Amino acid sequence: MGNNSLKRVFKNMGTQKLIAILALVFIYVFFAVFSSSFRTSNTLISIFDSSYYIGFMAIGVTFVIITGGIDLSIGTVLICSSLIGGVLYEKGLPLALVLICIILIGALFGFINGILVSKFKLPAFIATLGTMMITRGFGSIVTKTKSITYPLRTAEDGWYKSLFRTGPIGNMETGFPTGFIILMVLAIAMAIFLNKTRPGRYILALGSNKEATRLSGVNVVKWETLAYVISGTFAGLAAISYIAIYSTVQPGSGNGFEMDAIAGVVIGGTSLAGGVGSIAGTIIGVFIMSILKVGLPFIGLQPHYQLFITGFVIILAVYADVRNRAKSSKN
Amino acid sequence: MEGIDKSFAGVSALKQAKLEVKAGEVHALMGENGAGKSTLMKILTGIYSKDNGSIKFDEKEVEFKNPREAQDAGIVIVHQELNMMNHLTVAQNLFIGKENMKGKFINDRANNEQAKLLFKKINIDIDPKEIMGNLTVGRQQMVEIAKAISTDAKVIVFDEPTAALTETEITELFKIIRDLRNKGIGIVYISHRMDEIKQITDRVTVMRDGEYVGTLITEECTKDDIISMMVGRVIYEDPKQTSNVPADAPVVLSVKNLNAGKMVRDVSFELKKGEILGFSGLMGAGRTETARAIFGADPKESGQIFVNGKEVTINNPMDAVNAGIGYLSEDRKRYGVIVQKTVADNSVMANLENYSSGIFINDKKVKKDSKKYVELLKTKTPSVDQYVMNLSGGNQQKVVIAKWLIRDSEILIFDEPTRGIDVGAKSEIYSLMNELVKEGKSIIMISSELTEVLRMSDRVIVMCEGRIAGEFSIEEANQEKIMHSATLRK
Repeated sequence: MGNNSLKRVFKNMGTQKLIAILALVFIYVFFAVFSSSFRTSNTLISIFDSSYYIGFMAIGVTFVIITGGIDLSIGTVLICSSLIGGVLYEKGLPLALVLICIILIGALFGFINGILVSKFKLPAFIATLGTMMITRGFGSIVTKTKSITYPLRTAEDGWYKSLFRTGPIGNMETGFPTGFIILMVLAIAMAIFLNKTRPGRYILALGSNKEATRLSGVNVVKWETLAYVISGTFAGLAAISYIAIYSTVQPGSGNGFEMDAIAGVVIGGTSLAGGVGSIAGTIIGVFIMSILKVGLPFIGLQPHYQLFITGFVIILAVYADVRNRAKSSKN
Repeated sequence: MEGIDKSFAGVSALKQAKLEVKAGEVHALMGENGAGKSTLMKILTGIYSKDNGSIKFDEKEVEFKNPREAQDAGIVIVHQELNMMNHLTVAQNLFIGKENMKGKFINDRANNEQAKLLFKKINIDIDPKEIMGNLTVGRQQMVEIAKAISTDAKVIVFDEPTAALTETEITELFKIIRDLRNKGIGIVYISHRMDEIKQITDRVTVMRDGEYVGTLITEECTKDDIISMMVGRVIYEDPKQTSNVPADAPVVLSVKNLNAGKMVRDVSFELKKGEILGFSGLMGAGRTETARAIFGADPKESGQIFVNGKEVTINNPMDAVNAGIGYLSEDRKRYGVIVQKTVADNSVMANLENYSSGIFINDKKVKKDSKKYVELLKTKTPSVDQYVMNLSGGNQQKVVIAKWLIRDSEILIFDEPTRGIDVGAKSEIYSLMNELVKEGKSIIMISSELTEVLRMSDRVIVMCEGRIAGEFSIEEANQEKIMHSATLRK
């Protein structure tokens, strides 16, 4: 039985996730071998820094993708909620409340997406494309197109930066990547939520076969909406990690953030056709992306090579998924 | 259930339908395609609501507003198409919506244990932790049955449960059904397979055209009794008396040992010039699959196709069109016409190269020719610039016919040509088909309506489970014979 169930764990985990883990290790070792300066804790911290906001977005959007939907608005919701938060801060709202507002704004946009998709039956692609444009425009409107700068580390309100890194980038002592702990704790919590609670189970079920789930007496509208609310909430969390690392937010930026997150999810083995997905896979996918982003300059390639290479990786990952599906539908 | 009426958009689907099931019996519900069996069962299980009539369950008048209410009362249905979440495990499927919990978390261990007990109860060996999609269709069906039993059902409806099962799986299923019966559960068994009805059921209720025909005790009747009740004595339309095709007419299409998937096994037949060859059989007999394989729409495993005596290779619809074969799909909206395009655009769709110079389409010629066919086929449309979606079903069908006539197809496959078409337009399509064969075209007509098959065909081929189960000249064909072949297994 033990051997048997272990075999099944591997089978169910999917070759794709296994390949993703191997790819993650391979890429890291590759850079470490070819560049001695890559092997520093400094670089490792940079990798973490650039993984937080994409990581949070990716965790959230995993839920939406498992339902068979998509959320294109997460990147601009990140920017929009940071900008609104910045305006509130300038108006004198305490920073702690500002951070909570940022999360709530993300959740609100997620809720709007969810209602549009589950209740009004809009195609997810179109509904979230709409909110993507709305949030991008809205961010510029509230700031009158001026950029927003959050307090620096040395300022009185600089404490929030320590949530993600305890000090300036340098080594583990002066700048410990606390954000990694937050990311991991939330990832584990959401993985348990997905696999061990009713809402998670229903999200997986409706992504696999919505009609069958509905006929089983499950309120599919409610749980599909919840998936988008999770996605929006995590976009809000991503906004906090973004301002903690980068401080300055430009209206109109955030282009392509959602694609980085979705790419991470897909590389991690979550199927765009719905029904299958895991948070662990998503985290692996996100780190593949950030190692590529940080590592390529070390071997003399400019960051835009990251785009070029990620494109190939995504096509490969989705092709593996499509082939798996074709195979299993034949049986 | 008594005096049940139901109509959809003014079309009556059930008229005074009736069914009585006792505890501890297996009751067969039979009838031709469209006799109203499924509609009646959907009303029973709360998927549809009835217009009139009464349902009594355990002596009490009931009306279920949704499947959940019926389930809670103890009436469940095992659907023909399985309703499964393929990516979840067996136990997760079984307990969806009613999981065992440990506080806020799902207790998967308890679910698996309970599933194991359930499977033990009906004597099947399925690992609750297996992913649903990895099971065979037969095993998935067992899980559905287990799900039905887990709700303490008193009545279980099986809608064509054996359609996708292998011989051993059927034996296994019948054992389970007998066990359930012995436990006092009432079972409604819908199937087209006469042998199974004789084997497993206690009584048979026959429906025809949405009406109750009668109930027989299975042991006391023969297959022929049931068949004649299903088809009835009433002949709605005069059948064709003799074939119009001379015996020495040349063969235009010859199919030899065609195999394509489960639904097309070793199919061989010939089509003569000027002939209407009727393809009869029940739903899922493999007629459409055969047509699609011939037309190159689905891949073939083996077999040869000869057109006018010459072997042709058909790997895709383009090859078929070039060989002079046209296919009019049973699902017009999905495969026949592009409803957002005009009559003229649709008419020349299969033949654009003859209507273009270079890369440009010659609109004038397109309009002239499509107008010609609109007049010829008497298509009712204000102009050839009308969007096809604004036409009635019958007229849309004529646009499809025009498409293949413009292409000069010699062999036309009509798949359910009159489905969803009103009576007036039906007879127009019929006379059009008769004119086409008079002009020397040859037609394969797939139809689920026996009266249509008998009225139009010069020869009838009956399919059953992917194989040709019978062939009749129109002189010898009648409803009983066709039904007999169609319900015979192998």
